[in-house]
Amino acid sequence: MSAISTIFTALFYLSLAIFLIGMSRKIYQYWVTPAPLKIPTAPTPLTQTGVVMRMAREVALFESLFKSNKWTWLFGWLFHVGLLLVLLRHARYFWPGDLPEIFLLIQPFKYAAFAMVIGLVGLMGRRIFVERIRYISAPSDYLMLIMLLVIGVSGAIMTFTSNHTDVIMVKEFASGLITFNWADLPTEVHFLVHLFLVFVLMAIFPISKLLHVPGVFFSPTRNQVDDARKKRHISPWALKQEQEHAVKLDETLGQDNSEGK
Amino acid sequence: MAAKEFDIPKLPTYIEIPEINEGIMEGDGPFKSSKEFQNPLGFPGEKVDNWQEVAIEKMGELKSKYRSVQVFLDSCVKCGACTDKCHYFLGSSDPKNMPVARQDLFRSVYRRHFTFAGKYFPKLVGAKELDDEMLDDWYNYFHQCSQCRRCSVFCPYGIDTAEISMAAREVLDAVGVGQKYCNQILGKAITIGNNLGLPEPALRDTLLDLEEEIEEETGIAVKYPLDVKGAEILLITPSADFFAEPHIDGLIGYGKVFHEDGVSWTMSSYASEGANFGMFIGSYDIMRKAALRIRKAALDLEVSRVMVGECGHAWRVAYSFWNTLTGVGAGATDEFGLKLQNQLDSRYPQPQHIIEYTHDLIQRDKIKFDKSANDDRTVTFHDSCNVARATNMGGIPNGQFILPREVLKAVCNNYVDMERSTIKESTFCCGGGGGLLTDDLMEIRIKGAMPRMQALKEIEKTDGVDTLVAICAICKSQFSKVLPKFDFDPYMIVSAHQLVSEAIIMEKPQTDDSATQEAEEVTE
Repeated sequence: MSAISTIFTALFYLSLAIFLIGMSRKIYQYWVTPAPLKIPTAPTPLTQTGVVMRMAREVALFESLFKSNKWTWLFGWLFHVGLLLVLLRHARYFWPGDLPEIFLLIQPFKYAAFAMVIGLVGLMGRRIFVERIRYISAPSDYLMLIMLLVIGVSGAIMTFTSNHTDVIMVKEFASGLITFNWADLPTEVHFLVHLFLVFVLMAIFPISKLLHVPGVFFSPTRNQVDDARKKRHISPWALKQEQEHAVKLDETLGQDNSEGK
Repeated sequence: MAAKEFDIPKLPTYIEIPEINEGIMEGDGPFKSSKEFQNPLGFPGEKVDNWQEVAIEKMGELKSKYRSVQVFLDSCVKCGACTDKCHYFLGSSDPKNMPVARQDLFRSVYRRHFTFAGKYFPKLVGAKELDDEMLDDWYNYFHQCSQCRRCSVFCPYGIDTAEISMAAREVLDAVGVGQKYCNQILGKAITIGNNLGLPEPALRDTLLDLEEEIEEETGIAVKYPLDVKGAEILLITPSADFFAEPHIDGLIGYGKVFHEDGVSWTMSSYASEGANFGMFIGSYDIMRKAALRIRKAALDLEVSRVMVGECGHAWRVAYSFWNTLTGVGAGATDEFGLKLQNQLDSRYPQPQHIIEYTHDLIQRDKIKFDKSANDDRTVTFHDSCNVARATNMGGIPNGQFILPREVLKAVCNNYVDMERSTIKESTFCCGGGGGLLTDDLMEIRIKGAMPRMQALKEIEKTDGVDTLVAICAICKSQFSKVLPKFDFDPYMIVSAHQLVSEAIIMEKPQTDDSATQEAEEVTE
């Protein structure tokens, strides 16, 4: 195996490990942090089914964003749906042997890459040209878009131009990562850049705003049933406080240097 | 401190998203609280020496106690969906009044101290140190947020700036930099029982005067019982209802409705406040302390129903939080919560809103109206933010929008709604909520009222609307102040129950009042 293949193989496992460990830690943190009060935002669902439907609309259709701004919604939705389809199409590289037929249904969607790139360009345009959004943007916000754009464009170059890479080799490399039959990878620069940035993306997932992916599912304003009068909702820390028969003000406060309370 | 000169916004035909104007709302913020108001709440009297340490520790505590804080700090992608949704930004054009930028004051410190990227690459991710300047910005800009939650409706992750602003205010209180208005009022509420500091004799006198006034005017002896043990309903209403215009006309309305229904009811001098400013300063404990007074009053007076008057955040606290804080509805485990739940009549929602009550009587034809009494008015309804975005009424989807409108349509002939994007879940705050209803914040209050005033101006032009109804004490006070600044009649703002009061047909002479009088009066 070539040195470059070894490095990329190692990088894959490294970034995957960071991704899995980091995400597990964050999801665990969200899971164990209580939501002490009922704070769903209108229009609120009154039943658990309603919450599931709301979350489904939010995740699949970006309902709230649609209400807010049609352009941001359009670009954001194009990007995410494009990315999802493109990711699904990548399954064929990682699948050892012949792909189950169900995945063939996704093959015609190779043009999703364009949706993804158009979406990203639109989002970048908004970030640069809309004064308000420029004001709230940090360097990392631009970098994130640039990184995704480079990933999308380098991928599209391999698919749609004559600069194809050796897909058989890619499949051997990628499925080898899964089955631990490590193999060499093609060494075209655009392919290596594509791959490297995907690894970076995986590694920064748990330490960046990409946490919006698990975050949306844990958002109390979106995942709570509006039934406060019917069912008692109480967090462990509040219950403990109640059981101790105390409204303890002192414990939650900073040190007071001045005289008595 | 001399009042700063500022321009009152002009009302455009359509709300335009302003170009940003950095620093235009910079300032010292509202008057700071002093030791005499801080200490009774358990807060340091002045900025503590090691305030940075205390603040960071407090932030850590809050994000481990509130999932909302932790998730919202992590999840924002800076998409900008909220940037044009805040009435304070639309009215002031200060970019730090864009919800995401307001959150970022807090988030940037969170990133610096609690995240890998912020610790090692602060510039890259916009992480910032909590220095004096930042703390000043917190104090100023987190008191330019009315916690109305409009931004949360439009956020793809439901990020609620109110949660962040409550957390920031909690940190500020913990380091001894509290807001005078809220903390002074809270001191009165948790010692005397209402925000005005109105003691029992004063309250009793006020109510007696009111009874006389109504009897003189209508010839009917509508009663305003106080501390009547064994009454069916305990009414918890904002103390503004006891004396201020236009609030008191709403209280007159509640009394007439109770009278017509023939139900026995009472108010409590121990818990004579619906408002709960503990929510504004983000303190679970103080909010609970205020709510526990109401539980005690309900237990002492042995009522079987608890009802809440027209007050926006009071209804949020009552509807969404009371059951959690004190166990008023179902599922309580502590001694007093269980006692209360056994005592309250489970056939009714507990607590119930006065609008739900009146609506139910209308549905059952128990009260009748002469709608023509309000024919001189063309009425519109301002959805108060806490009612609209944080509660429900009637137990039906969107009941909090439907019930008040149905009540209004039952009592007047001319009702129209304002522009759809400015009502219901998208309603614009009056500009005075969230602990901002103080004269030292008049500039932001007036600027923040602009979007609501704009929608009102349009419907005034198209439909001749001359009456604005709200079911929130803060909205009513705020509108009374700001309406004239935008060339409206300050008296156009009324309570929903004022219109009810004007149209209700008082059929029954006072008959079953004897029951109330026989009931034992509680003496302190």
